[in-house]
Amino acid sequence: MGPLEITGSPRLLLGLVTGILFGFILQKAQVTKYDKIVAFFALKDLTVLKVMMGAILSGMVGVYFLYSIGLVNLHIKPTLLGANILGGLIFGVGMLLLGFCPGTCVAAVGEGRLDGLFRGILGILIGAALYSEVYPFIQNNFLKLGDYGKLTVPTLLDANPWVVIVPVVAILGGSLVWLDRKGL
Amino acid sequence: MNWLRKEEWPWWQAGLLLGLLNIAVFYTANYYLSASTTFSRAAGMLVQVVAPAHVAANAYWQQVKPILDWQFMLVIGIPMGAFLAARLSHKPVKFTTELPQTWVGRFGTNSARRWLGGLLGGIFVGFGARLADGCTSGHALSGGLQLAVSSWIFLAAMMLSGMVMARFIFRSA
Repeated sequence: MGPLEITGSPRLLLGLVTGILFGFILQKAQVTKYDKIVAFFALKDLTVLKVMMGAILSGMVGVYFLYSIGLVNLHIKPTLLGANILGGLIFGVGMLLLGFCPGTCVAAVGEGRLDGLFRGILGILIGAALYSEVYPFIQNNFLKLGDYGKLTVPTLLDANPWVVIVPVVAILGGSLVWLDRKGL
Repeated sequence: MNWLRKEEWPWWQAGLLLGLLNIAVFYTANYYLSASTTFSRAAGMLVQVVAPAHVAANAYWQQVKPILDWQFMLVIGIPMGAFLAARLSHKPVKFTTELPQTWVGRFGTNSARRWLGGLLGGIFVGFGARLADGCTSGHALSGGLQLAVSSWIFLAAMMLSGMVMARFIFRSA
């Protein structure tokens, strides 16, 4: 069986339609605003965290179910400790200063906030270009630091995925509802 | 449909829909929701205009080619969807260069300062996402749901540094 995997030019149209739906939901979730992003990092309003975790948990159940019946493939990014940690740290600082991540930045532009266009898109493009320039110098040393390959929590624990998914969904899902009731 | 005209959906509805959309992406595209690679491709296209040989010789742009692909189209679709969502809400969409409230509350309305902070932030976001090999979409959302170790490490690192910076910068706000 396997995934449908639309190819050729319909694939480009599929990307566009997927993007329109993605942008629509992000806007309706109200996570495309600088103030919401800062409030999340300041732990004053956890909407961003709740939406993100809600998406992770529902997607987890669905994707692993379809994976178990052979309808989708997993696409695991390799664990590169040095790059994942340093990249994440840099990204977090940037996201706080800019107030957007790449996806919400372009969404903000569609919503009319040109702050995302001038500083955001321009800055992210410069950052991406800088990385291409730096890449040749780090690809054979820093990027190899703590390289554990394509690792998931279930493979790490040598456990059936559902042994991980059920408690994760129960605990994180319960925490989200609890946070929500606390008014965060 | 009143629901489509709502200004804000509850977090669990938005979260569930994002999860369902991602599941559909795994099936229809044999891929996952993601965004930041497109900025590398787009940057390659722009640099190509002035220095085509340089881009062709670059080891990263040889892997992440400056071409239009599924994800590139997705990133073009995002603002269209956001515009549609905002347009359907009762408040009119107004294109504005106004600075974000929280920023103004902390740093004032000086536009040079926002240029500096925002541009620097953007550079960090762009560079960090490439170094970590993903952003809030590709790593956090899509890698997170696959229980990828790399993605949960990225998520933890990003939240940690963002929170420390928030304490540092917006303590009074």
